[in-house]
Amino acid sequence: MTYKRNVDRLPIPPKDATVHNVVCHYCIVGCGYKAYSWDVSRQGGKEPSQNAFGADLTKQQGAMTANWYAPSMYNIVKQNGRDVHLVIKPDHDCVVNSGLGSVRGARIAEMSYSETTGTQPQRLTDPMVWRYGGLYPTSWDDALELVAEVTRRVVEAQGEDGVIVSAYDHGGAGGGYENTWATGKLYFKSMKIKNIRIHNRPAYNSEVHATRDMGVGELNNCYEDAELADTIFAVGTNALETQTNYFLNHWIPNLRGASIGKKKAELVGEPHTPGRIVIVDPRRTVTVNACEVEAGKDNVLHLAINPGTDLALLNALLTYVADKDWIDKSFIEQHTSGYEKMLKANRTSVDEAAKITGLDVKQIERAASFIAEPKGGKRRRTMFCYEKGLIWGNDNYRTNGALVNLALATGNVGRPGGGCVRMGGHQEGYVRPDPPVGRPATYVDQLLIEGKGGIHQIWGCDHYKTTLNALQFKNVYKRRTDMVKDAMSAVPYGDRAAQIDAIMGAIQKGGLFVVDVDIVPTKIGGAAHVLLPAATSGEANLTSMNGERRMRLTERYMDPPGNAKPDSLIVAGLAHALEASWRRAGKPEIADQFKGYDWNTEEDAFMDGYHQHAAGGQFVTYARLRAMSTNGFQEPAIDFKDGKIVGTKRLYTDAKFTAADGKAHFMATPWRGLQAPGKQAEKEKFAFLINNGRTNHVWQSAYLDQQNDFVLGRWPLPFIEMNPDDMNELGLKPGDLVEVFNDNGATQAMVYPTPSARRKETFMLFGNPKGVQGDVVSKAVNELLIPNYKQTWGNIRKLASAPEAAKGLSFKGQEYRTA
Amino acid sequence: MKECDRLVALGRRQFLRSGVATAAVVGIAASAAEHGARAATSLARVEYPAKRLANIKDLKVDQPVTIAYPDDDSAGVLLKLGRPVEGGVGRDNDIVAFSIICPHQGFALNYIAADRTLNCPGHYSRFDCEKGGQEIWGHATQNLPQFKLQIDAQGDIHAIAVDELIYGRLSNVL
Repeated sequence: MTYKRNVDRLPIPPKDATVHNVVCHYCIVGCGYKAYSWDVSRQGGKEPSQNAFGADLTKQQGAMTANWYAPSMYNIVKQNGRDVHLVIKPDHDCVVNSGLGSVRGARIAEMSYSETTGTQPQRLTDPMVWRYGGLYPTSWDDALELVAEVTRRVVEAQGEDGVIVSAYDHGGAGGGYENTWATGKLYFKSMKIKNIRIHNRPAYNSEVHATRDMGVGELNNCYEDAELADTIFAVGTNALETQTNYFLNHWIPNLRGASIGKKKAELVGEPHTPGRIVIVDPRRTVTVNACEVEAGKDNVLHLAINPGTDLALLNALLTYVADKDWIDKSFIEQHTSGYEKMLKANRTSVDEAAKITGLDVKQIERAASFIAEPKGGKRRRTMFCYEKGLIWGNDNYRTNGALVNLALATGNVGRPGGGCVRMGGHQEGYVRPDPPVGRPATYVDQLLIEGKGGIHQIWGCDHYKTTLNALQFKNVYKRRTDMVKDAMSAVPYGDRAAQIDAIMGAIQKGGLFVVDVDIVPTKIGGAAHVLLPAATSGEANLTSMNGERRMRLTERYMDPPGNAKPDSLIVAGLAHALEASWRRAGKPEIADQFKGYDWNTEEDAFMDGYHQHAAGGQFVTYARLRAMSTNGFQEPAIDFKDGKIVGTKRLYTDAKFTAADGKAHFMATPWRGLQAPGKQAEKEKFAFLINNGRTNHVWQSAYLDQQNDFVLGRWPLPFIEMNPDDMNELGLKPGDLVEVFNDNGATQAMVYPTPSARRKETFMLFGNPKGVQGDVVSKAVNELLIPNYKQTWGNIRKLASAPEAAKGLSFKGQEYRTA
Repeated sequence: MKECDRLVALGRRQFLRSGVATAAVVGIAASAAEHGARAATSLARVEYPAKRLANIKDLKVDQPVTIAYPDDDSAGVLLKLGRPVEGGVGRDNDIVAFSIICPHQGFALNYIAADRTLNCPGHYSRFDCEKGGQEIWGHATQNLPQFKLQIDAQGDIHAIAVDELIYGRLSNVL
C-alpha cells in the first residue's frame, strides 16, 4: 500500500510566530528555509491579518506559493522546554533555492525529534554505557570519566597512536565550523593524533588532492555561473538527484534559455544562446533526461563511457582542443606553469580514446566543440564540474588533475560562466589546527582490521554502512569490540577501577574500546561501549558553507532530545575529563594540554575557532550572520561594511592561484587503465558492474530516513537497477531480492527493472542499512588512499521472491515523460 | 501562479461540460482515516462534501476525465484503468481519482496513458496511478492525494474524501 498520512488540515502559523533562519543541513547546496514556531495552544487564522504569510488562506494558493506548507514541514517540538508548533518551509528569498524544497530538505521538520508526534524515536537522549550485557543510560560525568580514563590508559600503554579517531570534516548536520574546530582542537592540538580518518573514507585525506596540488581550490565559482555558462561539462555527477535545487534553480534556467537576459546584462559584447551540456556518466540518469527535456537532445551530449575511463576521455579532449588551438594562450603563459610538459605526457588521440571509452570519435569531437570552440570570435565559457563518479572512480588523482588541466587550458577558472568545481556531498565547515598526518595518510580502517589501536573514538561516522571492504571490517570489528564487552560484563560496573582494568586487559589481548558520538544509534554504534548523544542542526546554532562557499548560520529553533549536546560542548566535556584524569594520574604537564575549552555555548567554540582561525574569520560573528539571513555571504570574508559582511563571489578572478608561486600548475596525468590493484582482475572474473550511488528520496546513509514512513514506503530496501534482459536470464522479477557477491564479500538488494541500464551494468543504492554496497568493494585504493567504489564487479543470484515490503511498490521507469 | 490558474480554469471547463451537479449527494458519509497515519500525528479530519464526478458509463479505459474536488479550485483526474488497482472502485476495482496539482510546487500534472502515470512539467516528478499515486520519482514529500470514491446504484461516481493534503491549501476543505 502506498503510504498516506491522512492529514487533511494543518495549523496556520499566526502573525506573531517566531521566525528563525535555517539552512538545510543535508546536502552541499544548503537551501534556505525559515522555521516558524509558536505556542502549541495557539493558531493563526485564514485572514491576511491573522497569519504569518499575510495571505488570504480561504483561497486556493497558486503554483510556487510561499503561503503553503506540506505535512512533512510540520511538527510539534520542544523549545526552551515548552511545546511549540514548528513549520520549516523553503525560503523564497534565498538566492540558492528561491523557495524550492527537495524531497529531503522539505522533510526537516518531520525528521525532527518529537515526544508529541513520535517522530525520530531513535534519537539518543542520554549517554549510554555498556553494563550488564547491554547499553544503559548514564550521566555525562560518568560516561566522560570512563572515556577519559580509558583514553589515558591507552595512551600510557600504546602512545597516542593507540587512539584511533573517525570524525566528520564537513558542514551541515554532523559537522559545521563549531564542531570541526572543537574535534580538531582536541585531536590535533591537545593531542597529536595521526590515526584519524574522515566520515566517508578510510584515511584523513582530501578527495580532491590533485586540484589543490595544482593551486586550484575545488569550490571556486558561484552558482550563478551555471546560469551564465555557454556549456556545462559535468563528469560523474547526477545533479538532479544529489544537488537538486542547484540543478533546478541554476542549471535548468540556462538550459531552457531563461537566463539569456542575465547573460546579456553581465557578459556584454559576446553572443549568447541557451546553455548546452555534456554529461559524462556510464549510466543514463534522470539528470540526463531532464536536460534533454529542457534543452532538446541536440544540446545535450551524454557520453556514456565505459566505466572508469574518464581519464582517457579528458586527455583526448585536452589534446583535441590544443591541436585545434582553442586554448587560452595568454592565460596559460601569464598564470600557469607546465603546460607543454603536461600536453606531451597526456597526448591522447581521439581514436585511442574512442577505443578505451567505447565512445564514437564524433561524440568526443563534438564534446570538445561544446567545450571550447570559439563563439563568434569570442572564447566559449564552460563550467566544469564533477563529483563522486570521478571522486570515487578509477584513478581519482590523475582524473581530477586531467579535468583541471582542461579547465585551465581553456581559460575557464576564475571567470564568469566558468569554474572547475566539485559538486559536493555535504556542506563544508572545516577549520582546524594543522593535522599531524602524513602524505599518504594512515589507512585507518586497515589498522583496525590488523588489530591495532586500543580505543576508537567516532564522531558522526558509520563505517558499517559507508566504508569499503566493509564486510571484513565488520567481522573483525565485532570480534575486537566483543572482547571488551565480555570483559566489562564480567565486572560490576560500579567498581570503576576493576572496570578499567578489565577493559585494559581485553585491549591488551587485541580488544578495542569504542566511543561513538552520534545523534542516533548507528550500525557501528552497536559495537560501541559508550554512546554519547549529540544535538543536530537546529537543536544548536550551526554554521557551514555551501558549494559556492556561501556561509550561513542555522539558528537554534528547538531543544535537543533529552540530555543531548552540541558536539563542540561534548568535546569540551571530554577535554575537561581528560585534564582531570591526567592530573589524577600525576601528569600535570599533560593535563595542561587540555586547557582552553572553557566554552559554555557553541558560539564560544565558533569564536575560538572560526572567528580567530578562518581566513576572514575576524569579520564574522553570529550576530552578523543572523542579520544576513539565509543568503549570508560567500567565503572568504574580506570586510565588514555598512552592516554587512563583504564576501567573495568567485575565487581566482585575479588569476592568483593558491600554489606557492601564485600560478596554477598543469599536471601530467597519463592513462594507465584500472589503477587500483586487483580491479582489472575483478572485472574479468565477475559478470556485473556494481555501480552505485544515491537516489533522490534518501539522504545519505538513511540514518534518519530509516525511520521515515514516506521514504520507507518508496524504498523499504536498497534497490539494484538491472537491465530487464539480465533479469530474465537470472529468472528475476521486479522486487526480487538478490545477492551480490564477489571475492570481497556479499550483500543484498531489491531488483528494479531499468531498460535504460546497459547489459551487465547495474547500479545499486549506496550506504543503505539494509544492504551495504561497500561489502563487495575491495580494499584497493589510490596512491593517496582514496577508495574506488564505482569500479566494482560481482555476480548476482536470486535470494528470494519479492518480500512483503516490496509488494506495494511501483517499478515504473523513473524518468519524467511527456508522452 | 499562471500554471495553477490555467489548471483551475481547465478544471472548471471540464466541470461544466460534464454537467456535474454541485449539490452534495445525501446519504454518503466520509469514512474515517483508513490506514497508515500514526495515531499520534493524526489531526481531526475535515468534513468532506460528497460530490458526483461522473457516471461509470462516461468512462473509457485510459481516457482521463478532468474533475475537481472537494471544490472547483482543486483540479483532479478521474481514471478507468481496466485492471484492479489500489483504491479502485467499480465492478473491476479499476476506477480511481487523484489531485492533479503537484504536491511539490503546484504545477498541473499531465496524464501519460502509455504507462499510466501523472507527470509534472515543473520539476519532473512522477506518480503512479496504479499504485495509489505513489511518487515514482520526484520532489514532493508526499504521495499524490487520492480521492476516495463511491459508486451509487445508478452508477454515479462520487468523491467523498481525500487521503493527503492538497497543494496550496492548509485545509482540504477551504
